[in-house]
Amino acid sequence: MFKPLALAAAVLTAFSMNAFAAKTELTVYTALEAEQLKTYKQAFEAANPDVEIKWVRDSTGIITAKLLAEKARPQADAVWGLAASSLAILDQQGMLQSYAPKDLGKIGGNYRDAANPPAWVGMDVWAATICFNTVEAEKQGLSKPVSWQDLTKPEYKGKIVMPNPASSGTGFLDVSAWLQTFGEKQGWQYMDDLHQNIGQYVHSGSKPCKLAAAGEFPIGISFEYPAVQLKRQGAPLDIVLPKEGLGWEIEATAVIKGTPHEEAAKKLADFSASTAAMELYKENFAVLAQPGIAKPQTELPADYEQRLIKNDFAWASKNRDEILAEWRKRYDGKSEKVAAK
Amino acid sequence: MSAQMTLPIPHKQVRQTSRAQIGDRFFVLGGKVLLLCLLSVAVLMPLLAIFWRGFSSDAGQGGGLVAARELLTSANFHWLLGNSLKVSLSVAAIVVPLAYLFAYALQRTLIPGKAIWRGLSLLPLMAPSMLPGIALVYLFGNQGLLRGLLADNIYGFWGIVLGEVIYTFPHALMILLSALSLADARLFDAASSMGASPSRAFRSITWPATRQAVFAAFCLVFTLTITDFGVPVVVGGDYQVLALEAYKAVVGQQQFGRGALIGMVLLVPALLSFAVDAWLRRRHGDSMSGRAQVFQPAPSRLRDGCYLGIVLVICAALLLVFGMAVYSSLVKFWPYNLSLSLKHYQFGDTAGGGWLAYGNSVKMALCTALIGSGLIFTGAYLMEKTKGQRGLNLALRMLSFVPMAVPGLVLGLGYVFFFNLNGNPLHVLYGTMTLLVVCTIAHYLTTAQMTATTALRQLDAEFEAAALSLKAPLYRHYLRVTVPICLPALLDIVRYLFVSAMTTVSAAIFLYSPDTILAAVAVLNMDDAGNVGGAAAMSTLILFTSAGVSLLLAWASRGLLRRSQAWRQTAPGN
Repeated sequence: MFKPLALAAAVLTAFSMNAFAAKTELTVYTALEAEQLKTYKQAFEAANPDVEIKWVRDSTGIITAKLLAEKARPQADAVWGLAASSLAILDQQGMLQSYAPKDLGKIGGNYRDAANPPAWVGMDVWAATICFNTVEAEKQGLSKPVSWQDLTKPEYKGKIVMPNPASSGTGFLDVSAWLQTFGEKQGWQYMDDLHQNIGQYVHSGSKPCKLAAAGEFPIGISFEYPAVQLKRQGAPLDIVLPKEGLGWEIEATAVIKGTPHEEAAKKLADFSASTAAMELYKENFAVLAQPGIAKPQTELPADYEQRLIKNDFAWASKNRDEILAEWRKRYDGKSEKVAAK
Repeated sequence: MSAQMTLPIPHKQVRQTSRAQIGDRFFVLGGKVLLLCLLSVAVLMPLLAIFWRGFSSDAGQGGGLVAARELLTSANFHWLLGNSLKVSLSVAAIVVPLAYLFAYALQRTLIPGKAIWRGLSLLPLMAPSMLPGIALVYLFGNQGLLRGLLADNIYGFWGIVLGEVIYTFPHALMILLSALSLADARLFDAASSMGASPSRAFRSITWPATRQAVFAAFCLVFTLTITDFGVPVVVGGDYQVLALEAYKAVVGQQQFGRGALIGMVLLVPALLSFAVDAWLRRRHGDSMSGRAQVFQPAPSRLRDGCYLGIVLVICAALLLVFGMAVYSSLVKFWPYNLSLSLKHYQFGDTAGGGWLAYGNSVKMALCTALIGSGLIFTGAYLMEKTKGQRGLNLALRMLSFVPMAVPGLVLGLGYVFFFNLNGNPLHVLYGTMTLLVVCTIAHYLTTAQMTATTALRQLDAEFEAAALSLKAPLYRHYLRVTVPICLPALLDIVRYLFVSAMTTVSAAIFLYSPDTILAAVAVLNMDDAGNVGGAAAMSTLILFTSAGVSLLLAWASRGLLRRSQAWRQTAPGN
């Protein structure tokens, strides 16, 4: 009695399998914030119904290490939302497929790879921000910092949290910015002084702001997206943009060379650079790769874009390994702290 | 003149006998060979892969002899090793006495409500090791409820020690409970008739009998602590330990060689304690003679009062920690908005995996428990109850003891290296649920197998002889007779495997893919991203699932016991 039923079920599943087989599954590596993944995926799949995105998400440093480790046998088809300095490293290793997306003309000149066709194209910019918990500051009698140098004041000892630059893109953009703003020698001296005040190094770029919002540590060095989100949720945060200028990084998209799904990956690159996508990014970031679309976020000052420092990405990506090695030697392991000059 | 009369044997009978014999041989020999292959792939090859990876000098991987020497002589490594040793020794020194007192209270005194205290003491087993860490942050962190009780902050050495004490307490307790349950009343009668005080009786009778168990508990707690990274990740702050370094090397920097080297270092304490424990066990000999009488403690108000106090304090501490974790998962925005809400349970948009992870965990736990218990019990039966294949038996027995000496972290690393090898045909399994199930079964193999073996040893060999004389195939005898008799032990194994699979993280952290992410891994990811409320929520879900299934199985086994195991009751007057 069950035989014909089973046969019918098998035929049905075979047909539905065929229907699904028409959809291309694209493995996309990303360092985007997890809250953004669903919206971006839905928008892309609505515009391209024959492609389905499978996200692999982790912090910038970890995703970069993963991509480099898989160099001989890449598992990723495309990268949507990774720091440009990391993508530049991948490009140096010959892992990226150069491709000019349809809307490349609309992208600002310094928000894309200089080569033609570009290896990566930017989406938006994220920049350093200090999250300052006003309730805790009042309780502990802390003054509000206005500059990076302020953070080395002895009153903040053990009260600052910062991302580890080896694992977090935010951490790396901070270190790169300090080295570029203060010069190499002064930069390392600044980080030595700051290290005395750091309570913890965490692995994610948004965690310092979340810790500051929860009052666990009053000061978190993070970036503007979690700061704005948490403030909107009612956290007692003050968003501080230090005087010397903000380090920043471009979030960008690239196609991996040798992917079996090249057509679908190129569709992703097209979508990521398109105006429709910019409308999505606009909700989360104040500076976009396409000029003229961004709307000012109420929580951030109007001159936000002017506060970004002049950033040499080529220098940053070329020296990334040395900078991280030096950072680890100095601060990642308290036993070495004694040796700090 | 005696004529040799040979009765003509009916042809049909001969065929039946040989069919049963063929069936038996297939079952026994085939089963053992299959198990040997499975064990080699699941246990032996990954370990070999670690050694290979650690000593092969692949560029950028941090492996090879030169790198090994560099690693072992670097100041950073010595600092990490020192930290790990300090933490593990402190935890073991704190946990073992506490567990001893608790076990003594449960076995040798007349305090009321023993079932409740026993149940409460098992709480830490039901949740991943991150849960005590998360609860400690909510209790003693900078915004913690009881922050005032601490001079310095919880992040660091004391946070890790407290978290590990809570996590390893039930493990030490179980060893000491079974050791303290073996008491011969005649010895105590003799002691009291000779005028010995209770403390003298303890020193002469109880302590020598339980010495070896105390050492075993100490080694177990030490090994569990030095290889755990769940607690250091959550509450360690900048106090780094070796286990965390292995995790960072492999997951964070993809430096497999370095990870393998650290894995080999972490293997040492487990191997050492295993070897010393085996040596001591052989020296110790039998603990209970067949003529021993069950010990009944004499009533003593003062002693019972003191022990009840100790038990209450320990249980209160456990309840505080776990209650805090559950409460914090319901708080909307700690510490500024203490209204209760289920916001943290809406895993939809958060990082780390959410409901998919929970579903995966339940699926994996069910598969592990059912398939694992079947395989392990059948394997134990084949090793215990069949004759012949001495060499095969020995190989199987040795292989099944290996997982006991290998910490989960090291086993997970081995799986990464072995199943990630380029030429390996089994590479396709990497990242799948199948591999996670295999790894978890291999990890928890030894204890489950010892439970099965103990239960099977209680059965007389007469059963098999009867089956043989009745010409019943062995597998039918196994399914129809042995399994129903040993059902309580089987249910025990199912429960043990299920709970372990729900809470395991040290091996799974290396083997999951975005599709097969597990709940315990999701807890780690959420905590890493700063979503501590979500991490607490997922841990609470794991806790309730494990506890629920345990209670369900305990209730089922009690019902089964009552109906089918009545023959086990000793006759009155014994």
